[in-house]
Amino acid sequence: MKILVPIAKVPDTTSKISFTDNNTRFNPDGVTFIMNPTDEWYALVRACELKEKQGGEVVVIHVGTPDAEQIIRKALAIGADRAVRVDADPTDAYFVAAQIAAHAKAENYDLIITGKETIDYNSFQVGGMVSEMLDWPCVSLVQKLEVENGVATLRREIEGGSEIVEVKLPLVVCAQKELAEPRIPNMKGIMSARTKPLAVVPPVEVEKLTAVISYSLPEKAKQVKLIDKDNVAELIRLLHEEAKVI
Amino acid sequence: MPVLTFVEISGGKIKKASVEAAYYGSKTAEALGTESLAVVLGEASGDELATLGQVGIKKVLHAADARLNNFDSGVYTKVVAAAAEATQADVVALSFNHNGKLLAPRLSVRLKAGYVPGAVELPQFNGSTMTVRKNVFSGKATAIYQVTTPRKIVSVNPNSLSPVRGSGSATVEAFTPAISDADFRVTVKGVDKVVGEIPLTEAEIVISGGRGLKGPENWYLITDLAKEMGAATACSRAVADVDWRPHHEHVGQTGLTIRPNLYVAVGISGAIQHLAGVNGSKVIVVINTDPEAPFFKAADYGIVGDAFEVMPKLLEEYRKFKAAH
Repeated sequence: MKILVPIAKVPDTTSKISFTDNNTRFNPDGVTFIMNPTDEWYALVRACELKEKQGGEVVVIHVGTPDAEQIIRKALAIGADRAVRVDADPTDAYFVAAQIAAHAKAENYDLIITGKETIDYNSFQVGGMVSEMLDWPCVSLVQKLEVENGVATLRREIEGGSEIVEVKLPLVVCAQKELAEPRIPNMKGIMSARTKPLAVVPPVEVEKLTAVISYSLPEKAKQVKLIDKDNVAELIRLLHEEAKVI
Repeated sequence: MPVLTFVEISGGKIKKASVEAAYYGSKTAEALGTESLAVVLGEASGDELATLGQVGIKKVLHAADARLNNFDSGVYTKVVAAAAEATQADVVALSFNHNGKLLAPRLSVRLKAGYVPGAVELPQFNGSTMTVRKNVFSGKATAIYQVTTPRKIVSVNPNSLSPVRGSGSATVEAFTPAISDADFRVTVKGVDKVVGEIPLTEAEIVISGGRGLKGPENWYLITDLAKEMGAATACSRAVADVDWRPHHEHVGQTGLTIRPNLYVAVGISGAIQHLAGVNGSKVIVVINTDPEAPFFKAADYGIVGDAFEVMPKLLEEYRKFKAAH
């Protein structure tokens, strides 16, 4: 089975977020970048598990600038066989999806597994867009994935529960929690990652569908109103009269 | 040309998130001086669909094909795109809920329409340009997105606005797009739905517990109040990881993102990863023994105290309040 895993580079969750150029650009100064958690912990690890069990190949693809090498090497250390970096500074999700779809069209994949969303723009777009570009089925918010004889059985989250679905490959899967357990690369993985192939390819041309024109930070931190633990009735009163939520 | 909202049915009823989306679509149509339409896939009663008129929908296109009762992103994309073409809709609106999150990006590709996911405000229009605000960096900032493609798609974050219901009634028209059996590629084999509980993402009030509750046997402190308030229950990652509570209750960066009107966090310290899943809540109440717990910085109201002492009192006081109102 040949599996493609798109990985994104995002600011670490604990990073302080700021903007420059009159709040029109994200300021990367002093920010630690990591592999997007759902891409790494669930999509990549499940792809590696499937390959280790059933044979095949796991390829990671990243659309971004050369400074992502560390993240790509980490993905190789976790267990991917080779990597492709599309050398471009992505403009929007549509651009990223188009690069991934162009690569997938040129190679014969059975499965594309990506994280459900990135923690920077939280937009849940790339998996769905890639599937439509390839005219493949796509299942999102996937918690469980097994593949047998070219048919995937998946558990996906629905409102208030889950649903078991069956789909013939090829297929795009958007992964979430429970699909796999995060893996820490071992020494052997780290060593071999240095020599695994990393191809750098130019982007395909894509029109821009959306743009971010400005950012803003919340006005200021909330001021908590503390209520004495022996006066719980006051909380109920405030929730009713002031906050008007009950 | 009109605004078309994708509306979902669950158990014969219009999903709450879709009512919000339809209201959002109608408000957008109002701003554009155009008509607000909806498209519904799968079997549903005409009476139920007509109630969309209460949130400003004039006409519902109903693709009542029973094969569409289950969500399959590929064929749903085909049908909704066909409805957008048939009505010449300029804007397609939908909820940023479980299915919307997958349907919208596919529609964006199929219709070559710029898409803004998870809008938190109504869009603004200037000529053929649309701008709308969404949350970014897991709620730590917001961004204004601009879309200049002729057709636009926008999904609205659940609980971002409260629909005002009027007295209208929508007309329902059959919609029969050309679809074949080959378009259906996802087969549903089983559904495991927690019945009788309020889905976490749709709940207006959520009571959530963390490690401060010391063990699963103490969860009555959460569930008793939740039951009394008609609230859903949630938990922190630490609690789900040790199986004190089921994983589907986990809210936070790697769990669910929720935006209820009221979020009550009991015995949760408020790590940044947890806040990322709940900081869109309108009002946050924190109950924690540790006055230094970071959650107090993100809270509107707080009680420094032991859950074992505070929660029974809160239940008692809420009962009194309910009896009086």
